[in-house]
Amino acid sequence: MVVIKGGRVVDPGHLDGMFDIYISEGRIVDIVDPAAGSPPAAEEARVIIAAGKIVVPGLIDMHVHLREPGYEYKETIASGCLAAARGGFTAVCPMPNTDPVNDRAEICRFILSQAAKSDVGVRVFPIGAVSRASAGKELAEYAEMKEAGVVAVSDDGHPVSNNQLMRRALEYARGFGLPVISHCEVLDLVANGVMNEGLTATRLGLAGIPNASESVMVQRDIALCELTGGALHIAHVSTKESVQAIREAKRRGAPVTAETAPHFFTLTDEAVGQYDTDAKVNPPLRSSADREAVREGLADGTIDVIASDHAPHAVTEKEVEFDLAANGISGLETSLGLSLSLVNENVISLGRMVETMTNAPARILGLASGLKKGGAADITIIDLDRKWRVKTGEFRSRGKNTPFDGWELQGRAVLTMVGGSVVFDNL
Amino acid sequence: MGGLSTKHILDMESLSREDISLILDTAVNMKEISRRAVKKVPTLRGKTVVSFFYEPSTRTKVSFDIAAKRLSADAVSLTAGSSSMTKGETLIDTVKNLEAMSPDIIVIRHSSAGAPYLLARNVAVPVINAGDGMHAHPTQALLDLMTVREKRGNISGLRLAIIGDIARSRVARSNIEGFKKMGASVVVAAPPTMMPSGISSLGVDVTYSVDEAIAEADAIMMLRIQKERQAGFLFSTLREYARTFGLTSERLKKARPDVLIMHPGPLNRGVEIAPEVADGEYSVILDQVENGVAVRMALFYLVLGGQRDGGD
Repeated sequence: MVVIKGGRVVDPGHLDGMFDIYISEGRIVDIVDPAAGSPPAAEEARVIIAAGKIVVPGLIDMHVHLREPGYEYKETIASGCLAAARGGFTAVCPMPNTDPVNDRAEICRFILSQAAKSDVGVRVFPIGAVSRASAGKELAEYAEMKEAGVVAVSDDGHPVSNNQLMRRALEYARGFGLPVISHCEVLDLVANGVMNEGLTATRLGLAGIPNASESVMVQRDIALCELTGGALHIAHVSTKESVQAIREAKRRGAPVTAETAPHFFTLTDEAVGQYDTDAKVNPPLRSSADREAVREGLADGTIDVIASDHAPHAVTEKEVEFDLAANGISGLETSLGLSLSLVNENVISLGRMVETMTNAPARILGLASGLKKGGAADITIIDLDRKWRVKTGEFRSRGKNTPFDGWELQGRAVLTMVGGSVVFDNL
Repeated sequence: MGGLSTKHILDMESLSREDISLILDTAVNMKEISRRAVKKVPTLRGKTVVSFFYEPSTRTKVSFDIAAKRLSADAVSLTAGSSSMTKGETLIDTVKNLEAMSPDIIVIRHSSAGAPYLLARNVAVPVINAGDGMHAHPTQALLDLMTVREKRGNISGLRLAIIGDIARSRVARSNIEGFKKMGASVVVAAPPTMMPSGISSLGVDVTYSVDEAIAEADAIMMLRIQKERQAGFLFSTLREYARTFGLTSERLKKARPDVLIMHPGPLNRGVEIAPEVADGEYSVILDQVENGVAVRMALFYLVLGGQRDGGD
């Protein structure tokens, strides 16, 4: 028996108050108001004192790149899970752009077996490919992947450029209850662009990527979602036009959901500074008007989820010419801290933030979430007051690529528990 | 005390007005050396200049080489084909290896914007940017400033018109910065497909009409049109481009009678500039080339610690 005592329990739409949580054999056996209730029958209990802390359902990061199989020099499932645990995440969803691509049951089973072998404890829910090898030519085997454990399909890293393939993917996936996660990028509008189109790109002489390269495909996908009724989830929303299109689609009742990443509500393209490749990411960091729209989208529910798009890379892939540098930010270990900054700045409430990182992704992917009697004891304890400095030297991820190195943040995960076992403890 | 305020020459932004004046004044002295019967002074004897040209270049490469040699420096230049870049070595590794052989200055031309910054962060010696992608070409801007100053006596109060693919031109970017810093005004003209996002925030006047741009100009700078840009839908036909945006003798009649015609080269005769204009009485295109050597000599001298009024 484990008891998490004295914390403020926040499970959006369900619980917000001072409760003690009793855990046994990996499950929550009781949630008790200590002022009123009587604790369950005395059993030798380990007590976790959470006084002054926030106790929330285990955080879920529905968009990460764990790089295994194929790119173990960037990250492994084990190192990625350690990073997740340190970041407060009890579950992560790795995208399929590995080598080979996770486009069939066998690869999915390999990922799950590596996760089990890693012994970190963080739950891994793989995302399968939309198309075979994510090549955009033929549908991947959704039925078998679903059986093996995938929770969604996506060609993330590449757009599904073929309109007919996207239509059929939404239809085919719908039959298996799988959402399609869309990486929206019109490649011929991106052309040779390497950062956001705008004054900073002009000043630096870097080829720009216009907002329309994202929003044109967001609008296409919404049209196809409305045509097919298939569940559509827009990945890494970065532009104001995308936010607006999703807001309108939701108003019409389309089954569309969306996520954004902390760097989009924190930074603008000015972060590229003097060719800082750690700020090179796809989609690119945008203008302050876009950042504002993303924040509004999170606040009003247009954007359902905060997901890190954790994209670890080796130093050698970033310490090169900006044009040649890999896209991506190692985000698992800063995601919660940056999201809490939105709460500290009163952009969103604590409850809303927790929702975007727990129940919202769970609902989209059909996962269990929330703090319920009888439910799995996947729990994150957050210290809202703890100030800490981002130091890549302390990252458990192999990817040290982040524009946030050296930032001071307020609030972080101090304990991560999966199925009743503590996988990270810095209480 | 009489020297440059910066270690590297990476862009025009990081040079102060005083730096630019010092470079131009020094270049005037250097130009005199090039006109002597024996075109060599011992100023940089024992110094080594290594130039990397990761992008094809004729004029700029030769200009840097000659500049080094006129100051008695040992000049070594590598081009992409002869360097280990083609063997997959990273830029940092290539340069660190060469740095181990103790050069005193590194010159770099690269097709990726920002590559000279990457170098400057990773080596101890001064780095001179000989053109990086669409970003900057500070030695070109300096030689252009020198040419205009030589012909007009000063820069302040003049108006420069730059015509062509502004969005993809490092020459345009560096000249906008340089001429504005020295007190000139700048107007740019091109079809909107060739205007970069946020161009007016750079403090220039923007027009889509060449006639309008050249009307008040003291100097007209024509940019080379790259024929392969047609594939990116930036313009229709070369014929239409030449007629609409090219500098013809007919169009030149609308300019001021003492206007200077400039071009960073290489020329597309009959496209952005008519042959008779390029070779005409207003053209200072070959002065630009001559001044390029002088400016690069001045930079070598100054980045190695040279002071005002020294050099010979």
